[in-house]
Amino acid sequence: MSYIAKPKVAHPSLPKNKLGLTARDYEGTVSTLCAGCGHDSVTAAIIQAVFQLNIEPHMLAKMSGIGCSSKTPAYFVSGAHGFNSVHGRMPSVTTGANAANRALTYIGVSGDGDSLSIGAGQFVHAIRRNLNMCYIIENNGVYGLTKGQFSASADVGSKPKKGEPNEMEPIDPVSVALALGATYVARSFSGDKEQLVPLIQGALTHKGFALVDVISPCVTFNDHEGSTKSYKHTRQFYHHVVDADFVPPAAEIKAAYEQGSSMPVELHDGSRIVLRKVDKAYDPTSRAAAFAYLRERVNAGEITTGLLYIDSLRKEMHEVMGNTSTPLCQLPLESLHPGAAELKKITARYR
Amino acid sequence: MKPTDTSNPGYFHKVVDCQFACPAHTDVPEYIRLIAQGRFSDAYIENRQSNVFPGILGRVCDRPCEPACRRGRVEERPVAICRLKRVAADHKDDIVARLPKGGPSNGKKVALIGAGCASLTVANDLRPLGYEVTIFEAHASMGGLMRSNIPQFRLPPKVLDEEIGYIVDMGVDVKLNHRIHSMRALLDEGFDAIFVGTGAPRGKDLEIPGRYDSENIHIGIDWLESVAFEHLQAIGKRVLIIGVGNTAMDCCRTSLRLGAKDVKVMARKPREYFKASAWELEDAEEENVEILINHSPKEFVIEDGKLVGMRFELLEYKTDDKGRIDRGTVVSEKVIPCDDVILAIGQDNAFPWIERDLGIEFNEWDCPVVDETTMMCSRDGVFFGGDSAFGPKNIIWAVAHGHEAAISIHKFCQGESLTDRLPVGMNLASQKMGMHEWSYSNNYDPSARRLMPHVDLKQRFKKLDIEVELGFTLQQTLQEVERCLNCDIQTVFAAELCIECDACLDICPVNCLTITENGDEADLRTRLAAPALNTEQALFVSAGLPQTKRVMVKDEDLCVHCGLCAERCPTGAWDMQKSKVLIPYAVEEAAGRRKKMAAGS
Repeated sequence: MSYIAKPKVAHPSLPKNKLGLTARDYEGTVSTLCAGCGHDSVTAAIIQAVFQLNIEPHMLAKMSGIGCSSKTPAYFVSGAHGFNSVHGRMPSVTTGANAANRALTYIGVSGDGDSLSIGAGQFVHAIRRNLNMCYIIENNGVYGLTKGQFSASADVGSKPKKGEPNEMEPIDPVSVALALGATYVARSFSGDKEQLVPLIQGALTHKGFALVDVISPCVTFNDHEGSTKSYKHTRQFYHHVVDADFVPPAAEIKAAYEQGSSMPVELHDGSRIVLRKVDKAYDPTSRAAAFAYLRERVNAGEITTGLLYIDSLRKEMHEVMGNTSTPLCQLPLESLHPGAAELKKITARYR
Repeated sequence: MKPTDTSNPGYFHKVVDCQFACPAHTDVPEYIRLIAQGRFSDAYIENRQSNVFPGILGRVCDRPCEPACRRGRVEERPVAICRLKRVAADHKDDIVARLPKGGPSNGKKVALIGAGCASLTVANDLRPLGYEVTIFEAHASMGGLMRSNIPQFRLPPKVLDEEIGYIVDMGVDVKLNHRIHSMRALLDEGFDAIFVGTGAPRGKDLEIPGRYDSENIHIGIDWLESVAFEHLQAIGKRVLIIGVGNTAMDCCRTSLRLGAKDVKVMARKPREYFKASAWELEDAEEENVEILINHSPKEFVIEDGKLVGMRFELLEYKTDDKGRIDRGTVVSEKVIPCDDVILAIGQDNAFPWIERDLGIEFNEWDCPVVDETTMMCSRDGVFFGGDSAFGPKNIIWAVAHGHEAAISIHKFCQGESLTDRLPVGMNLASQKMGMHEWSYSNNYDPSARRLMPHVDLKQRFKKLDIEVELGFTLQQTLQEVERCLNCDIQTVFAAELCIECDACLDICPVNCLTITENGDEADLRTRLAAPALNTEQALFVSAGLPQTKRVMVKDEDLCVHCGLCAERCPTGAWDMQKSKVLIPYAVEEAAGRRKKMAAGS
C-alpha cells in the first residue's frame, strides 16, 4: 500500500466520455493490496470498462464478499453503490438487490476462495437463476489474506512457496458455469487488459449471468517458479481462443476482420460483441463444443482464454419470474403495500 | 526505438527542465528542498556555486527556468523559482566563512574590462586558483548594467554591494573611473589574459524627423544610467516610452518615481509580440502605466523649439494561416501630446576602443567573433563574455559565459588545450528510506502559485529606492516550496526485474507509462496511454521485458515524480533516484590538472 493517495492531478488531455467524465473520475480510494497484485490491474480494467460504457456512477452497484478480491470494489467508482457482504454470500445479496432494483448495473467481485469454497453454493444458484450481473472472479489459486494456503482452484502439481505440491483436483469456475448453463462465460488474465476490458464491457452489457474468470496472480504467495498461477506461467501457457471486441450501440464496426473468423453477436441494448476466433473451428455459441474444447486444452496444460460461450437469448431472472419492470423504489407505496385489510385476507388463506 | 541510455548524463539532466533551461544550470529542485527544510544558508551556497549572484538574480533574473518548469505544463503556472531564490538570499545567515577565498598568487595576471556580472564571475572563479585579477571599470561604482540600468526599486544597492563585495574581498584589484580607451595599450601592459565584459552599452536611436530638435528625447539605457548615478532627478509630467522590452518597463516605472503623472508605453505590434517579460508588464500595469499597441512612431512634434507631442501611424496587421502577422498597414495617424520621450528600442554592442588591426576579428554586425565554448576570440588570450560576446541577453547568461571563460583563461594560462574540457557528470542515488518512505516530499500539492506581495501603490512612489517587492512571507514560502515536483528525483527503471504486472501503469496519475510493442518514435507516440504530443520531451524506452519482450515506455512530459510507480512496483524495477548534475568549473579543471601532475611525478 501507499501512504499517499493517488494525486488528483491528471493528464490535461485525458479523453472524456459521453457524461463528460474522465477515467480518473471512475477511480476509488488507493489500493491497500500488495504492490503488484493482479487484482489492482483488474480494478484498472473495470475502471476503463465502466468509463467507456458511459455508466453513471450512481447507477452502478459494486458487490463483494470476503478476501483480497472482495476488498477491490473500494478501489473503483467511489460514486457507486456498494455492499461488502459476508464471506461467500455476495451472490444472494446481489440477488436481493437486483430483485428490488433491476435498473442498476451489478458488478460482483469475488475470488476463488469466496466463490469456489465457502460461497460455492451461492455461486451455482446465481448462475442457475441467470441473475443479471457481471460476476468477476479474481482467481489466484491461493488464500492470500491468510498467508497463501492453496484454494479450490489450485492446479494439480502446482508448488506452494513452502510445503508440498497440490494433489487435489481444481474446481474450474468456467467449466462449472458452462455445466450449469451460464449465458456469458469468459476467461482472461489481469496482465492482458486489451483482452480483459472488452470482456468486462460485454459482461456488464449482457442480459443475464456473465462470468469473467480472471487469472490474477498473487504476487506475494503465488508468483514463484512451479506455481501455475504466476505471471510467468500464465504468459507461457496462455492461449487466446476467441477474443471479443465490444461495439457500443449505433456505433459502426470499424475494424477489418478476416473472413470466416469473426462473428458478431447482438446484445439486448443494440450493442454488439464481435468475436474474433483464433481457432476458426471453435463455436462459442455451442455449450457442448465449448465444454469439450476446454477439457481437452486443460489436459494439454493450456490456459484457454477469451469469450468462450455466449447465449444472448435466454431469459434472465426477472423475465422468468415475470416481475415488474419498474424498480421497487420507483413504485408508489400503494402498489408495494397491499394495506392491512388485504394482508388479513392473504393470511386468512393460510389458516 | 533503441533502449534509452540513462547512463548518459544528458538524459536525466534534460528531465530537470528548470535546471536544463538555466544557462548556468542552477540546481533548482535541490535548493528548493533546502529552503523547505529552513536551510537558507545551504540553499544560498547551492545557488551561488552556479549563479554567483543569488540575491540579485532572486530579484531581477530573466527566469528562463520558469517557462520551462514542468508544473507549468501539468497545470497553469510554474513554481515561483526566482522568488524562492530571493528567500534563500534574504534569510541566510552570515555565510562569509563558507565562500571561496582568494588563493596565493600563481604569478599569472588577468585583466577584466567592465565590472559587470560577466567579469565578476570570472574573478570569482579565478581568484581562488591564485590568479591576480584586475578589473577596469569606467564608472565610479561596480555592477555594470545591474547598477546603471536596473532601477533601485527593483534591485536595492545594498544587495548589489553585498554580492559584489564577496568577490572583491577575495582580493581583486579594482580600478574604478578607469575607462579603457585602447585595447592595444592594454595588450602592451603584459597581462597573461584579457577578458572583455563591457556589455552592450549603446542604446538604439530612432532617426525620425525632430529627433535632434529637443533635449527632452532620451535614450533609455543612458537615461536610466543618469538616474542611477543621480545626474538626473526629474522628468516631465507626460512621458512616452517607445518600445516594449524590459528596458521600457524600467523606464516607465522610473519616470513615475521622478514626477511623471501620465506615462504611456508605445508598442508597434500587438501584445503577443512584446519583448518584455510577462511579470514586468504586469508590474508596470499595476502602476497604471498605459500600454498602447499598433502605434508606429512617425515624427516628434516640436512647437517653438519645444517638444509637445509625437505623431504615430496606427497600424493594422493581417495574420496569415500560420499565425504570423504581416508588416502592417497604416490606417490613420494620431498625435499624442507629451513632455518627454524615452527611446527603449534595443541596444547594441560597441567596441570603438578595440583597434581593428590586433587580430581580433569582427563580424558583419561589428561584433567580435567569439567561440561559443571557449569564449575566446580570434586573438589568443583575449576572451569575451556577457552581452559583449553575442549581443544583449541577460545576467544569468553573462554568469554562464563567465564560468566558461574562467575555465578557458585557466587552461590558456597553463598552456592546456582550451577544447579539452571536463565533461558534465551525473550522480544517481536512491531516495528510498523505507517501504513507503522517500527522502523527499513526494505528494502532489495542488496549491496555486503564491503571489508576491508589493508595497502599497501610494507608498512606493515617494522615493526612488523603495523596493516594490516585499519578498515571500514564511507561509508563502512553505506553500510555494511544496509546489516543486522534484524533477531531479528520477524514475530509474531496471527492465530485467519487471514482471509486467501493470501496477505502475495503473497507479500513474498522469498516464505517462505504457507497456507496448516497440516501434519508431513517431509510431510509439501514437500508441501510449495518453497523448504524447510534446515532442520536445523525451520518451524513455526500456530494453525488452523478460516475459513478453515488449518495452516499457515513459513519456517524460508530465511526470509529477510522485514515486507511486516505484511504490507500487513489487520487484523494485522502478526506483526513485536523485540525479545530481556535476558541472565542472575552473576549480575542478585545476584539481584535475593537479591530479594529473601528481600521477605523472
